[in-house]
Amino acid sequence: MLTKDQVRHIAKLARLDLNETEIEKFTKQLSAILEHAEMLKEVNTEGVEPIAQITGLTNIQAGDEPRESTKSEALLECSPQPKKDGMIKVKNIF
Amino acid sequence: MTIQEALEKLRSKELSVTELVQAYLKRIETLEPKLNAYLTITKDFALEKARELDKKGDFGAPLAGIPMNLKDVVCTQGIRTTACSKILENFVPPYDAVVWQRLKKADCVLLGKTGTDEFTMGSSNENSAFGPVRNPWNREYVPGGSSGGPAASVIADETIFSIGTDTGGSIRQPASLCSCVGLKVTYGRVSRWGVIPYASSLDTIGPLTKTVEDAAIVLSVIAGQSEEDSTTPAVPVPDYAKCLRKSLKGKTVGIPEEFFKKGVEPETEKAVRDGIEVLKKLGAKVEKLSMPLVKYSIPTYYFIAKSEASTNLARYDGIRFGHATDKPIEELEDLYAKSRAEGFGEEVKRAIMLGTYALSAGYYDAYYLKAAKVRALMKQEYEKAFQTCDALITPTSPFPAFGIGEKMDDPIAMYSADTLTTSINLAGVCAMSVPAGFSKNGLPIGMQIIGPQFGEEKVLHVGYAFEQATEWHKKRPKLN
Repeated sequence: MLTKDQVRHIAKLARLDLNETEIEKFTKQLSAILEHAEMLKEVNTEGVEPIAQITGLTNIQAGDEPRESTKSEALLECSPQPKKDGMIKVKNIF
Repeated sequence: MTIQEALEKLRSKELSVTELVQAYLKRIETLEPKLNAYLTITKDFALEKARELDKKGDFGAPLAGIPMNLKDVVCTQGIRTTACSKILENFVPPYDAVVWQRLKKADCVLLGKTGTDEFTMGSSNENSAFGPVRNPWNREYVPGGSSGGPAASVIADETIFSIGTDTGGSIRQPASLCSCVGLKVTYGRVSRWGVIPYASSLDTIGPLTKTVEDAAIVLSVIAGQSEEDSTTPAVPVPDYAKCLRKSLKGKTVGIPEEFFKKGVEPETEKAVRDGIEVLKKLGAKVEKLSMPLVKYSIPTYYFIAKSEASTNLARYDGIRFGHATDKPIEELEDLYAKSRAEGFGEEVKRAIMLGTYALSAGYYDAYYLKAAKVRALMKQEYEKAFQTCDALITPTSPFPAFGIGEKMDDPIAMYSADTLTTSINLAGVCAMSVPAGFSKNGLPIGMQIIGPQFGEEKVLHVGYAFEQATEWHKKRPKLN
């Protein structure tokens, strides 16, 4: 069972400004989901390597060759924030 | 109309591309008030491409002049792409997804972008920020999800085919609920580059069509390695349509009994067992087998999928693209938290919360890591099954379409719609849903054909043989 304070803490970690109704609803629903997931304990996974890549690929690397990007302006245009000198202007971090 | 039928008419000049596209645009206009399958209709874009193709008069490309649509998570340069989320309501991508680049090169004509659950999270299409798509067989019922728009538009003939995405059943379940063919490919068979992600280790892209042959034709166009997506291996791409017309004699289909247990409605079970009898008559050998880990697929799936979703969705921060709050803010962190709270819908928030919890310090081993280990065992279980079987046969969904609103307030009941599909994504194998019958109140039932990794030919072969021997795929909803 999760407490409301735990759910508030998760919301903070997830950068989600949830209201009290949502906190209450998610406390109940996430608790129910975690309870349902208890069944996973029945599966013996001792000594099992967790899956990293399902078709078995490892260390696929792209060639280290510089290429021209033609999209930088278009990508910058996607930003809803003010722009200055080819950069996005944001609020203070601290 | 199917791809084959349309190609014949276009190549013999019985129809021009413009005429064909206009007929589809007209049908979309008539049906959309009832179905809401399309988010964006790209009328001018489609007519321009049609005129260009008519002028060129060259129908050599594999899909030349074929009208189609894309689920609204496939990025299209200059055309709004929303993932059915408020956070991307006004997002216009500056590039094309690889899958769309390939279809464009094959001379497809884009009719528009179709509806999904927000960020593809859902099994009913009700999580769309722009209103649910309706099931063409009964408009009080859901079309399934998340590719509800693609499935509904295909069976209502508002398009010849559609491209959807499948992370835990999102192509197959709506295909089953709407009575079309839906192919979930092997992980990495189709490049994911430029498709808005849900869970990157599970996401796949594939066609929804009216026939198995059409699915094979589309797959040959979109499959194969792309340098933009490092998870696409250099496995050769055969001409998938060439592997269809073979006898089923000597082939073995496996029936994993766990897929017919708890929660599967009797009508669904009967339709699929009848389907197995059809395959038997066609010469296939039927073998019963047991896959006990399937019962753990839902919790395994949601820990992996929601954890990956929580990290994938961290990019929506109100800075680089998407919605930003216009409320006054003090610090950067407020901008993140407020923009995200305003832009994401409830199911997406629930996924982010669950994923963040499962990945947080102290819980990672118990949830994410445990699920990744169960996933390893599940992959082995499938590998074992395919040592003796060419394909496995199961129901696609435990039940036919349910009523709009019926499961909205109970996430666990909603997740149960994916009971029979998620283990396939977890194991990275391929599977297809084909029409296999109707419930007594006229709702479609789908049969799932599962194949090994990169075994799409086997799945298409069994599906085609089944389709040739049955009439289910010819049924169409009455829409007037």
